[in-house]
Amino acid sequence: MVVSHSIFVDLTEDEIDKARKMLGRKPNDLELAMIDAEWSEHCSYKSSIPILKQLPTEGPRVIIGPGYDAGVVDIGDGYVVTLHIESHNHPSAIDPYGGAATGIGGVLRDILCMGTRPIALLDSLRFGNIEDSSHSRWLFKHVVRGISDYGNCVGVPTVSGEVEFDECFERNCLVDVVCLGLGRIENLVLAEAKHHGDSVILVGGSTGRDGIHGVTFASRVLTGKSETERSAVQIPDPFMKKLIIEATLEAVEKGHVRGLKDLGGGGLTTGLSEMAEKGGCGIEIELSKVHLREEDLSPIEIMISESQERMVFIVEQGHEGEVCRVFEKYELPYSIIGKVTDGGNLAVKVKGVELASIPAKILAKAPIIHRRSIEPDYIKNLREIRKPELPSDLSSILLKLMGSPNIASKRWVYEQYDHEVGIRTVVKPGQGDAAVMRLPKGSFLAIKADGDSKHCYIDPYNGAAGCLSEACRNLISVGAEPLAFVDHLQFGDPGNPEVFWTFSEAVRGLADYSRAMGLPCVGGKVSFYNEDKVKNTAIKPSPVIAAIGRIDEERWITTMDFKDEGDYVVIVGETRSEMGGSEYYEYIHGLVGGTVPQIDFLKEEKTLNVVKDAIRKGLVKAVHDISKGGVMVALAEMCISGGIGASIDCSKIPSHDLRIDELLFSETHSRFIMEADGTHIDELSRMMRDSDVVFSVIGRVGGDELEISYKGDKLMSIMVSDLRDRWSLSIPRCMGEL
Amino acid sequence: MKVAVIQFPGSNCDLDTLHVLNDIMKIRADLVWHRCEDLSGYDGVVLPGGFSYGDRLRGGIIAAHSPIMREVKRMAKDGYPVLGICNGFQILVEAGLLSGALLRNSSLKFVCKWVNLSVVSLRSIFTNDLKRYSLLKMPIAHNEGRYFIEEGDLKELYDMDQIVLKYVDGDGRATDEANPNGSMDNIAGICNTEGNVLGLMPHPERASERILSPFGSDDGRSIFTSMIEYMRRR
Repeated sequence: MVVSHSIFVDLTEDEIDKARKMLGRKPNDLELAMIDAEWSEHCSYKSSIPILKQLPTEGPRVIIGPGYDAGVVDIGDGYVVTLHIESHNHPSAIDPYGGAATGIGGVLRDILCMGTRPIALLDSLRFGNIEDSSHSRWLFKHVVRGISDYGNCVGVPTVSGEVEFDECFERNCLVDVVCLGLGRIENLVLAEAKHHGDSVILVGGSTGRDGIHGVTFASRVLTGKSETERSAVQIPDPFMKKLIIEATLEAVEKGHVRGLKDLGGGGLTTGLSEMAEKGGCGIEIELSKVHLREEDLSPIEIMISESQERMVFIVEQGHEGEVCRVFEKYELPYSIIGKVTDGGNLAVKVKGVELASIPAKILAKAPIIHRRSIEPDYIKNLREIRKPELPSDLSSILLKLMGSPNIASKRWVYEQYDHEVGIRTVVKPGQGDAAVMRLPKGSFLAIKADGDSKHCYIDPYNGAAGCLSEACRNLISVGAEPLAFVDHLQFGDPGNPEVFWTFSEAVRGLADYSRAMGLPCVGGKVSFYNEDKVKNTAIKPSPVIAAIGRIDEERWITTMDFKDEGDYVVIVGETRSEMGGSEYYEYIHGLVGGTVPQIDFLKEEKTLNVVKDAIRKGLVKAVHDISKGGVMVALAEMCISGGIGASIDCSKIPSHDLRIDELLFSETHSRFIMEADGTHIDELSRMMRDSDVVFSVIGRVGGDELEISYKGDKLMSIMVSDLRDRWSLSIPRCMGEL
Repeated sequence: MKVAVIQFPGSNCDLDTLHVLNDIMKIRADLVWHRCEDLSGYDGVVLPGGFSYGDRLRGGIIAAHSPIMREVKRMAKDGYPVLGICNGFQILVEAGLLSGALLRNSSLKFVCKWVNLSVVSLRSIFTNDLKRYSLLKMPIAHNEGRYFIEEGDLKELYDMDQIVLKYVDGDGRATDEANPNGSMDNIAGICNTEGNVLGLMPHPERASERILSPFGSDDGRSIFTSMIEYMRRR
């Protein structure tokens, strides 16, 4: 922190100097506070932008890519979907309930301010080891409750998500929220102030001291003193948010809303300067018009407050009344705080006296920081490790894995979320590899979020590409064609060259995969400074991906449950000895290291295409991708969901010289398990062969046990009910409810 | 023949209910803002689910004092069908149109899942198209759905055959395991003594289209079918 002025700022001396040069004079305190908020890592991406440029962002269906509040994708029939991902990591680590709740509030506003209705939420959560740590259990419980209370109340269903547990998140949990929106293409609104004379209207919650310095708080490492920074955590109000959602959509329908921006990180400063900069205009506001929660707020506090549930509307001159009548219907506080000007400056006045005037361009263009990047030593050490002893009792290994919190059923989480409201949720949590939402005109959209910090820690390049691959495989499994994705990149302090190397490698992995598969990135977010100050270590690199895919016909929708006695079980893809970061190595053997799964892009594309075609031709009844826990866990999950067993000859799994535990538990990508009946198995086999994709019939569905043999020798046989009990009771047991 | 779907600030199943009435049941239904003071011309009312007034104080209590409730009470008294779903049930209880109270779930957690319901009474106009003890599958999604009533009043409910729906297992038994929220006697829905006002915690509007059901069912329709049938006869 620099105290060269009478206020505290996080800007470096060098940045203050640059600001002075750009402005041609010394900024006053208010201006400096505005620059401080806008040039924070959180708002400016000053460290990450040079790296993020690698990601492909264009595609035939992309209407708006990164740089706006949400990505916009054309889904045909005159409709668009919007997609965005946000995190609220630092606030949730201090106040898990309020932090998680306001995280949802933020991402909902991003979707809303494009003029689209939020129709689904997903949560990607990362905590420490809940089996051992009461602190992590406390965080987990209250984060889930925060999401539940907020998401349920605003009436947006939470349809999917994922949870990962790893010791590295003990003091820095990750709380990511994804939101999907739906709207008519002609109702799209951008965060732009383009027309001189238009009115600037602030709607919703009053401005108070909560969330002061939220962005600079998010752009620092949490310390022991962070407890005292509770004022940097905003206060959630889902009821107000619900009214804002309805009022905003009703106001947009009136046709005179020409710009729309949510106020999140950086408050009014960020919201207004971004709209001015994008629209090529200026904005002048009068602070005495802003409705306040407490009277004695200083101009600086008003300009950087991150009080929740606020939106800024740019309304066509002369039509303010029509729009404001909508706010009055919903009894929402609002104030007309200023107007769009033709100068290009963001000017702030109090009772007519100008207190600040900065070109919006300066605020929006933080000086880029080119960070140093060095491959960490730990990575080299992790590659070569000794294989663990082959366990004698594979049944007990499988049962133990089913109870690992990373693999166990997340019913305890998703039953606390209303996943039905809006009556669009066709494939619900636990039913398939991705959620499937009903869209207008008889089409469907699949959505899934994925991350894997264990893989990314050992090998950020392959780990990150793997997360994207897993998200795509999950979409394919339910019958969808991947359309686009957003990413959330969560790392430690970027000033540490080793951390920055892991960040660069992860982005390179995502970029290579998305270019190879022709899948555009339509937005995302970067969260640095996720560090454990007690242990003085960064979190494991944690990119989280949310991907969407389109399903044109209802009959393509596929779930993962085994369905009928006697059907064939088919595996697609080759299994390799890629045990690094696997749940089997880490949870069973306490072993971190080895080779993580790598993707052959050509094979991946062929595999995804042929599985998609098999589903569309109606050749398969159930599809499940193979990921955490390998083939065995995938089979067990299909048995549990279907309430039916299977007998499998694992010698038939395509592979080269693998040990039996590698065959069963490796997490190699580009693999699926499918169920096909006798009338379709020949055609399916022919299709696989013609597409040059490795596949094998490995067994049959039936009975009430999962039976695994190797060339006739029985390896294990476990009752499906025993697998189900281990899998479904593990998390409630951890949480002390059983 | 038309139905009013009341919108309170914070209602969030209003559009879902409207969709089912208009597009699935093919009956005319309008959204009516809670400030409206005249429901003449409507033949039935639905108070949809959601979080009216953000569940402040407790679920349904503020909405129970909205201007429109005077009209809802009039319609209830005049024998029109009045259906309260989830938060709508809470509002009907708070408005005194149904007896008992809806308390915080015994798990102290919000719960969203599909449940089995048994139609234990055909007394209400919303179930008289059904067979006694038939099973219906519908989802619940609530935080305050634990039905409670004083012992003496419970007996009266039984005596007057006002308990309409109970949470049951797949075999129709009202067991503890089948009770998702700790409701007294597994009660999921009750009606008034005349049978024209029904409140239930499960969501029939979420269970009226096969595509939305994990079981391929559309049992929620039967509640609306019975309601429409009654309006037609009336």
